[in-house]
Amino acid sequence: MSASIPAPSQAAVPERPPRTLWGDAWRRFRRDKLALFGAMTLLAIVLACVFGPLVYTASHSQIDFSRSQMPPNWAHPFGTNDLGQDVLARVLRGGRVSLSVGITSMLVAITAGTLIGAISGFYGGWLDVALMRFTDLFLSLPQLPVLLMVIFLFRESLRRLAGPETGIFMLMVLVIGSLNWMSVARLVRASFLSVREMDFVLAGRAIGAPAHRLIWVHIFPNVLSPVIVAATLSVGTAIITESTLSFLGLGFPPDTPTWGRLLFDARDYLEQAPHMAFFPGLMIFLTVLSINFVGDGLRDALDPQMRPR
Amino acid sequence: MTRYLINRLFISIPTLLAISVVVFAILALAPGDPMAEFATNPAITAEVRENIRRSLGLDQPIYIRYVKWLWAFMRGDMGFSFNSRSPVVNLILQRLPTTLWVVGTAYLIGALLAVPLGVISALKRYTLFDQVVTTLAFIGFSLPTFFTGILFIILFSVQLRWFPFIYNSTLRVTNWATFLAQVRQSIMPVMVLVLFQAAVLMRFVRASMLEQMNRDYVRTAKAKGLRNFVVVNRHILRNALIPVVTLVALDIPTVFTGALVTEQIFRVPGIGALLVDSIFRGDTPVVMAITFIYAILIVIFNLVADILYGILDPRVQYTR
Repeated sequence: MSASIPAPSQAAVPERPPRTLWGDAWRRFRRDKLALFGAMTLLAIVLACVFGPLVYTASHSQIDFSRSQMPPNWAHPFGTNDLGQDVLARVLRGGRVSLSVGITSMLVAITAGTLIGAISGFYGGWLDVALMRFTDLFLSLPQLPVLLMVIFLFRESLRRLAGPETGIFMLMVLVIGSLNWMSVARLVRASFLSVREMDFVLAGRAIGAPAHRLIWVHIFPNVLSPVIVAATLSVGTAIITESTLSFLGLGFPPDTPTWGRLLFDARDYLEQAPHMAFFPGLMIFLTVLSINFVGDGLRDALDPQMRPR
Repeated sequence: MTRYLINRLFISIPTLLAISVVVFAILALAPGDPMAEFATNPAITAEVRENIRRSLGLDQPIYIRYVKWLWAFMRGDMGFSFNSRSPVVNLILQRLPTTLWVVGTAYLIGALLAVPLGVISALKRYTLFDQVVTTLAFIGFSLPTFFTGILFIILFSVQLRWFPFIYNSTLRVTNWATFLAQVRQSIMPVMVLVLFQAAVLMRFVRASMLEQMNRDYVRTAKAKGLRNFVVVNRHILRNALIPVVTLVALDIPTVFTGALVTEQIFRVPGIGALLVDSIFRGDTPVVMAITFIYAILIVIFNLVADILYGILDPRVQYTR
């Protein structure tokens, strides 16, 4: 990736292990306290959502009106909702859905963005012009209205096609992903434009490397760090978008708790049971905050200009 | 400059057309029927339903409907709402003052807060002030508006009982008392927007300032013996605010769409709320009109941002 020039002084100190790009990045990331805090919190939230329901065995769906709207207590650490369901269990369940929507739509967005940006930047010419017009078109689309419209209009047919949960999940991921790839595409294209003119790419061409090899093996690794940062941050955006949609009542069916859905359900009980809104909201906030901290830390850590020589 | 402007205008027309096609296609190709609620109504026979359909122009093929819609829109006629049977223009004009009042105030306060905070934070980099402000900004833009809204309601309406949590749309400002009531009910929605807007903008101002502060011309100005105040105000700030102005211009349409959620939380009867309601009711003409107006705003403000950049930064050459 980066050509290291063996300096004579290095030979004199053989004990030090060789420094790698990723090693350097990790060292810098570790020094950033906020980023480290973000990474820890994020890890804790992910672990809690994945393994939490196995340890905390209270049912997330059992209805019990005798225990309706209880404030947080020992039996129910986050209290219960209007139907007497345990909020902690629902928050943990909801986290699985919200996090998987976030991560999957990030994958959709990054894949689409990288592909379009790479093709556009590598080939140039009319293909580049066409693809960038396409990107501009998507950038000028009013995001939230279009999202609301598509989800509202197509959720019934997808529900019939793939079942209530999977259908909405697919629709959600596809729509959020396909409205989020544009900045990645521009970023990748810009980097491709500058990298493809470099000598090592010319060398690759000269030994007859085919286009796909030039793109993925020679050029793409040089573009990786901004893509990683964009990917991290876009998970946060996707989680917020999913919650916004659920909050407007356009998300998953009521029996599938997601963080946004829990907030939506809590809206009518703000006076009697504020804890119903507080905990799911706090989870969204903490997740997004830590993702942003991690993204910011990665940006600094992966910046080659900050790399000590 | 003029040639560039004309060029850009010509490029934005196909973009707008493409957007209108996309939005129209989504609405037209969607499964489901705007007449669905009439179908379940036993009082309306199939014949009557057909007549309604014809009167709304729904019996024609999509492309004819599109061309008709576009032609009407260009003449300022946005059609009739399926739901309230009143012209879409009237519905929008009815809601516009509320949205402009709430969103406009929020945007203004946000900018007024963000610029000085960002500047001071950059000048006093790594001090306690800087750390507090940047952390707050980080929290501010990680807090989704729907959660801030709910927190504000819990805190200020339910617990402290300072502000009403439902926006009273029938309130008319006629005297001092009603004006105060108007301010009181606007504070929470405005603050929700301010928090988010100021956070985003402040980070941007700070970054932009930091980028300029190490430039050679700043060193030259300092070396000439200029006072720090003059260097900051006349040299750094002028250059640092160029990208900020563009960002502000670019963001204006997104603030309109962003207010959608806030309006929904506090039940502010603005354009965003109208859009959400119309989507739920399948009121195609209203949805189409508002979405397309958003799109036009985005394209226009993109152009405005570009032009502003050129005016503010003489190094930018309009070559294309």
